[in-house]
Amino acid sequence: MSGMSRRKFLVTSLAGSAAVTLAPACKAMASGSFEGYPDGMGVLVDLTRCIGCRSCEAACNKEQGLAPPAQSFEDKSVFDQTFHGGQKRRTDENAYTVVNRYDPEGATKPVYRKSQCNHCNEPACLTSCFVNAYTKTREGAVIYNSKVCVGCRNCMIACPFQVPAYSYSSAFNPMIKKCIFCYETRLKNGQPPACVGICPQEALTFGYRDELLKIGRARIKANPDRYVDHIYGESEVGGTAWMYLSSAPFEQVGFDTTMGKEPIINNVKDFLGTVPMVLAIWPALFTGFHLLAKRQEHGTEGDHSNNEES
Amino acid sequence: MRLLVTSLFGIFLTLAAAGLASAAAPPGMVTLDTLSEHFAGVSFDHQLHQDLATCDKCHHHTTGETAEPQCAGCHQGRTTATVACRDCHSTQPFSAAFIREKERDRGRYHIDKPGLKAAYHRNCFNCHEESGGPTGCEDCHAKTPAGTVFYNPGSQSAKPAAGAH
Ligand code: SF4
Ligand code: SF4
Repeated sequence: MSGMSRRKFLVTSLAGSAAVTLAPACKAMASGSFEGYPDGMGVLVDLTRCIGCRSCEAACNKEQGLAPPAQSFEDKSVFDQTFHGGQKRRTDENAYTVVNRYDPEGATKPVYRKSQCNHCNEPACLTSCFVNAYTKTREGAVIYNSKVCVGCRNCMIACPFQVPAYSYSSAFNPMIKKCIFCYETRLKNGQPPACVGICPQEALTFGYRDELLKIGRARIKANPDRYVDHIYGESEVGGTAWMYLSSAPFEQVGFDTTMGKEPIINNVKDFLGTVPMVLAIWPALFTGFHLLAKRQEHGTEGDHSNNEES
Repeated sequence: MRLLVTSLFGIFLTLAAAGLASAAAPPGMVTLDTLSEHFAGVSFDHQLHQDLATCDKCHHHTTGETAEPQCAGCHQGRTTATVACRDCHSTQPFSAAFIREKERDRGRYHIDKPGLKAAYHRNCFNCHEESGGPTGCEDCHAKTPAGTVFYNPGSQSAKPAAGAH
């Protein structure tokens, strides 16, 4: 599989000193389970089609039972909001997807860009999580089991797209929150996620990831003047299930174009292999106590992820 | 959303007028309500639009002549039995069955045909945008009560809370 060529050992500082010292002994564990399943589904987001209606945000809010926003989803003034450093709206625990407006140089009309978890083929969140809270399902979704999450925020730091957020509704039970591709309610039954279903423009095309690549290439070929000749997510950080087409240079519409083709923290796979040892050395007490406390408190709590799936 | 799915499966209010149009005279008014859920159906003034554009602007190639080079190769000069949007554009473009069918049929040319909702919106909205026609959602279709709650879920939860105080 082509994915195998991506799995080059790459030491970055992200894994921390524990991983660096322990990794060499454990390289062998990188046993091909992360490069994306052949039947993986994805979504091709075509920025040239998006009209910024925010219906996808409303559909996500409803489907995932998120807190109602202060403003209506029809309120277009959110596009003018900026946060520290000119940052546009970002996904958070109450909004697993957000649409932002950009005004690229020379464009005659604004460009809208939906963002959410990109459901990486080789998710950095998953590999950075030492309690194995994350699962990449064979359908392509990256889901999580918040019952085992200990709130260490490794995944928040590891994610190249700043996706995982925490719910601080309870100080003692911080829980990871992010887009799960509507896995539980839709994807595992073969249905597209709620945002795709609602989009009036089919700016979001759902299908097998390899088919989406063909469609993306065909759109570029048929309209070379309309598109930048690149499918963002085809190879970025080892490939993502959600991919993008754009008329404007990607860096002008909110994309980080500096990341390579390698999974962002490839070496964290090795880190993952060292879980038992790392647990014994570093966060053992903290994690152990926290886990025990959480399991007793929340053992029967409902959860919208399923860690047994893989 | 479940409602939408249900409606996609269930509601098949066909547009007889549009279906017969290839053989008969073009219709005056057409009601487009196959997919209505958050918005009511559209009363489409076919006559008005006919005066504004040539047939193939919307009907691509099905009325005979086409200016689209991509359609022309196969469809130039050939009329079809139907010119209704919904007869080619699926109400469920991403259903598991349809996606599997596409996957099996590797030689298929039309791998990227939009579903009915996108066919309507992209045809109408994009042209309206270019030609200065109306582009607001409710310029074409009124929001239903379900749509009001969908787009402003806060308005629902805010009301009981205000009453409780
Ligand atoms: S985008 Fe971030 S949260 Fe989503 S799968 Fe990739 S690394 Fe994980
Ligand atoms: S629903 Fe579609 S057109 Fe509307 S903002 Fe979302 S992606 Fe864009």
